[in-house]
Amino acid sequence: MRYLPQSEFDIKKMLKEIRVGSIEELFSSIPKEEKISEVKLEEGRDELHLCRFFHNLAAKNKVKDIILAGGGVYPHNFPAAAASIVSRPEFATAYTPYQPEVSQGTLQAIFEFQTMVSELMQLEVANASMYDAGSALGEALLMAYRVKRGKRKKVLVSKAISPDYLQVVKTMLQSFGDIEIEYLPWDSKTGKTILPQSLDKNIAAVALGYPNYFGVIEDISRMTTLTSSKKALAITVSQDAAVFGMLEAPGNLGVDIAVAEGMSLAGTWGMGGPGVGLMATRKKYTKKMPGRIVGQTKDEDGNSGYVLTLATREQHIRREKATSNICTNQALVALAFTVHLSLLGSRGLTRINALMRNRALELYEELLAIKGIKPVFTGPFFNEFVLSFPGNTEKLRKFLADHGIVFGIYLKKYSDVDSVFDNTIVLSTTELIETQDIKKTIKLVKQFYQD
Amino acid sequence: MSEIKSGILRKEPLIFEKSQPGREGFSLPAAEIPRLKELPDSCLRKEDPVLPALSEVEVIRHYTRLSHWNHCIELGTYPLGSCTMKYNPKINEKIAEIRGLTSLHPAQSQDDIQGALELMYTLEKELCDLSGFSRVTLQPSAGANGEFTGLSIIQKAIKEKGEAQNRKKVLIPDSAHGTNPASVVLNGFEPVEIKSGPDGYLEIESIKPHLDSQLAAIMVTNPNTLGIYERNLCEISKAVHEAGGYVYMDGANFNAIMGVVKPGDIGVDTMHFNLHKTFSTPHGGGGPGAGPVGVVKALEPYLPVPIVEKDKQGQYFLDTDRPSSIGKVHPFYGNYAVLVRALVYILENGSSGLAEVTKRAVLNARYLRARLSKILEIPYKTDTLHEAVFSDRKIKKETGVTTMDVAKRLLDFGVHPPTVYFPLIVSGAFMVEPTETESLQDLDAFVDIVSQILDETKTDPEKVKTAPHNTGVGRLDETYAARSKILRWKKKK
Repeated sequence: MRYLPQSEFDIKKMLKEIRVGSIEELFSSIPKEEKISEVKLEEGRDELHLCRFFHNLAAKNKVKDIILAGGGVYPHNFPAAAASIVSRPEFATAYTPYQPEVSQGTLQAIFEFQTMVSELMQLEVANASMYDAGSALGEALLMAYRVKRGKRKKVLVSKAISPDYLQVVKTMLQSFGDIEIEYLPWDSKTGKTILPQSLDKNIAAVALGYPNYFGVIEDISRMTTLTSSKKALAITVSQDAAVFGMLEAPGNLGVDIAVAEGMSLAGTWGMGGPGVGLMATRKKYTKKMPGRIVGQTKDEDGNSGYVLTLATREQHIRREKATSNICTNQALVALAFTVHLSLLGSRGLTRINALMRNRALELYEELLAIKGIKPVFTGPFFNEFVLSFPGNTEKLRKFLADHGIVFGIYLKKYSDVDSVFDNTIVLSTTELIETQDIKKTIKLVKQFYQD
Repeated sequence: MSEIKSGILRKEPLIFEKSQPGREGFSLPAAEIPRLKELPDSCLRKEDPVLPALSEVEVIRHYTRLSHWNHCIELGTYPLGSCTMKYNPKINEKIAEIRGLTSLHPAQSQDDIQGALELMYTLEKELCDLSGFSRVTLQPSAGANGEFTGLSIIQKAIKEKGEAQNRKKVLIPDSAHGTNPASVVLNGFEPVEIKSGPDGYLEIESIKPHLDSQLAAIMVTNPNTLGIYERNLCEISKAVHEAGGYVYMDGANFNAIMGVVKPGDIGVDTMHFNLHKTFSTPHGGGGPGAGPVGVVKALEPYLPVPIVEKDKQGQYFLDTDRPSSIGKVHPFYGNYAVLVRALVYILENGSSGLAEVTKRAVLNARYLRARLSKILEIPYKTDTLHEAVFSDRKIKKETGVTTMDVAKRLLDFGVHPPTVYFPLIVSGAFMVEPTETESLQDLDAFVDIVSQILDETKTDPEKVKTAPHNTGVGRLDETYAARSKILRWKKKK
């Protein structure tokens, strides 16, 4: 076995040092009746057969060339330069930087990641990452509860946030038990969440999607005016951190905790993960924030360096009083995000935003020119939008899929979403979509309706 | 300019400090004027985020230099106890890059992702076979997320029995990982600490006072964090079940018993695996990992949705119609790319290979223990499996040198120190887990280095107390970091 360096000779020598006669004897502390008795062992595979097995599996998938679907998973470009850094074993095969003196690479990269997240969100403090945007939203709501010292036991959560995220949030808050979720419906005309006129005193936080699951840009300032009047926390969740190349930063709109998904810029979006949850907040809430945080410090000679810091918030020090149980997070995905943004700079990010936006408008306008296809909401969108289609929408999606196109997300698949969503699809574009892809799509949609 | 040590540049500013106006490191289709007039001005960013402006060459050099400051498995011994830092096979990475396996969108129809569904189904079956559980969810993103999931499943089962109001207590041995009590609180339970016995075992007597109608569960790490197999677990499980509670096993140390014991067969109700420990997926500098959770038949209805099923025609599908499920714990299917790597490892080894992995892991650990216990104090004499925990009590008394000093001095020799100051029940703990992928020469070299450092504690204690000396930075001031709270770079005004 190629990963086991002990020879027969070594094993004999080692057993002698341990003073046992056989390897089996090393397991004598396990009660006999608990050991596996059956001897049905399966042999392993050599590299040739291993590759064959997985290539066969891959052949059972159908990779599509044109993906017009988002919903939290946006196929952005991931440059070869970024991929090459992420695959370096010095980053990939290290663990959590418990010994900072030999982990400065990981630590400095995380410090740079925190700076980028803080810049994108325009909030002072960011952590070293969460698992994904869904669980990060759950953690943000729990954090708001802690900021309010457990005295405010209700949160208002928009129903127009990604249903995939909301299901994770529901599991988290139900298990925690002390927080009630009240869902805010959306306006069937604008697609924006209907905010209450005023807030009750028992509300710890209000959370909106920014943009929401329909791609609609919510009135974030209206939410923050509302929350600040009652000292509740305003939370936003974004399905793709890339949009902050052009969309106003949550921090500038008065948001207290901003979370976003970063995997789409990190090259790990396939099948929806591993993700990387970005989380940023105001300085005054630093100690209530979950997750690891890297801080700058110095050694005895005054050289600057980086360490994990503010660990008194964390489970390994505080145990049951910790802000969360999260320890291992998504460091390598965070690194991928950081390297990609370093290559892009704000100019590259702006370029991506321009392409996302312009292709989305092209697709939107050309689809609306086809008879029977209608917009569903009037609220502003950036690069994701909902349209309704005549006839059998599932058949349409299947027809396009057979021609290599993932034609958005069929909203009907979410059973808890209103029935108004018969025949509606949420579509989106990234910089990977070209005008010719849109032309091909439009031609096929027309063909579908003619046949 | 200062000279550089060992031929590697040790000074590298933050990437923001290297930024030069006008440079760019991207290659994208031509610039377009964005069509923004339809958007209200309030939605639009007034000021660009401050990001680095650098060419690709500079970015590559920056991160390559940073990478040189990391210790990693591919450089040398990394015996972090409870972390199972084994070699991460290259073939895992190669296969995870196959476009047809990963370039898939969750919005695609299930007919178009049959290969991915089969992959997850196969991984689940393999984990079931290894652990004796009837089903496994692959969704949890990490071990702690698995703990949360397992406890949520237990909570749901208790709720369905109508006992949610009463059953709140979760027993946790004092040797447990810090995540255990934190997970318990996240699930709305109350942790109760249980003292382990004088030999490092969990004793039935210390559980007995808590076997009542308030008991929700016990969380046991097996082997525990001392590396000791919990020989009373079967008996304890029976007693907990009789009292109406459940048994959660933290499977972080599964590398010690894989192929030898099936937790599902010895009374454990639910357990998480750490694919980034036992199943060789890269630790990534702290993630992404994966923490699948196995359950016995009675807890199956509560598993997260969706789970992958196979119909009579051999088609795979995602089953979301599970009314008693706790819901989702991941927006999609978990850390899918990590799952791919773990399955590669399992299939390369086969069950026979995996059983051999366990044997070698324990052989290595016991050999290291046998050699190290001649020079270090080992507070628990009980037989151990995959790791061993030493104490600095004696050295500290005699020389003033602590575990932290020895750990820092180890860095000067190019090996990573073991886990230190954990478990809390051992004073100045020094927790060594070599894993099966270290050679006899690596183990001997490690012992020789520790031995040399222990000699130094007598001949030149200052050298140890002020270590490290050969790393890029000296011992870093953690108190200063916590006090000054510099958590991001800012442009100098």
